[in-house]
Amino acid sequence: MSDLKDYEMTTPTDTTIKVTKKFDAPKEMIWKIWTDPELIPQWWGPRKYKTVIDKYDLRVGGEWRFLQTDEEGNEFAFHGVFKEIDEPKKVVQTFVFEPMPDKELTDTLTIEEVDGKTTITTISQFANKEDRDGMIASGMESGQKEGFERTEELIKKLKSGV
Amino acid sequence: MNVFYALGEPTRLNIVELLAVEGKLTATQIANKFSVSAAAISQHLKVLKEARLVKMEKNAQQRIYQIDAQTIEEVENSLKKLRELWDDRFEAIDKIIQAQKTK
Repeated sequence: MSDLKDYEMTTPTDTTIKVTKKFDAPKEMIWKIWTDPELIPQWWGPRKYKTVIDKYDLRVGGEWRFLQTDEEGNEFAFHGVFKEIDEPKKVVQTFVFEPMPDKELTDTLTIEEVDGKTTITTISQFANKEDRDGMIASGMESGQKEGFERTEELIKKLKSGV
Repeated sequence: MNVFYALGEPTRLNIVELLAVEGKLTATQIANKFSVSAAAISQHLKVLKEARLVKMEKNAQQRIYQIDAQTIEEVENSLKKLRELWDDRFEAIDKIIQAQKTK
C-alpha cells in the first residue's frame, strides 16, 4: 500500500509545479472531495489554519473565493475563476492570492481512475519563472520585511492544486 | 535576489557544486575550472553572493569564496515546508475518503 501514501512533487518546466498522487478511491469520490464546498475546508489549508468558503460557483466563468485564518487570527483571501470543468476528470481554474493580485496562476487538475485507484495530477502554471520560484522560495525565512505573507504565499501556492 | 533564480543558470549551479566539494576557493581557482571567461565567472559569483548562496572574504588581493550553509539550509527547509503542506493535505483527504467509504 506504500505507493498510495507517496506523492510526487516536481518542477517539469521553468514555470510549473506538478504534484501527482494516487488515492484508494473511485474518481467520483475524489471529484467530490475536490469540488464540494462542504468538504474543501476540511483539507484545503494546512492543518492549523481555518478555511471558509466565501464563494464557490462551479461552472465555467464562475468565481470561487476562500478565506483563511492563521493561528494568530490573520485573515487572508484567495480567489479565482473556473475556466474548464469536465466532471469527474478535469477542472481548470485561476488562482489569486489577494494581497498579490498581479501574481495570477492557473491550476489544472486531472483525475484518472485505474482499477479502483485514482491518480490526481495538479499542475500550477505561473506567468513566469520568477513567480514560480518566488512561490517555492517564499517558504524561506529571509531578513526581508514581507514577513508572514511569504509563508502564506507558499501555502496559497500549495492550494494552487485546487 | 532569489536563490532559485541564481541556481537556475548551469554555470552558477556548477560553481556551487564545486564549492560544496572543495570548500574554499579563490575566484581564480574557480575560473580555472571553467571554459568561460574569468569576467563571466566574476559576474556569476556576484549573482551568487547577492543571493547569499556564497560568502566571500578578502585575503590581501585574493577573493576567497565558500558556500553559505545557512542559505542552503533555508532552501532545503522551504522545499520541505512545501512538501509538508502537501503531506497535510493528502492526509486530510485520506481521512475524508475513509469517512466517505463508511457512509
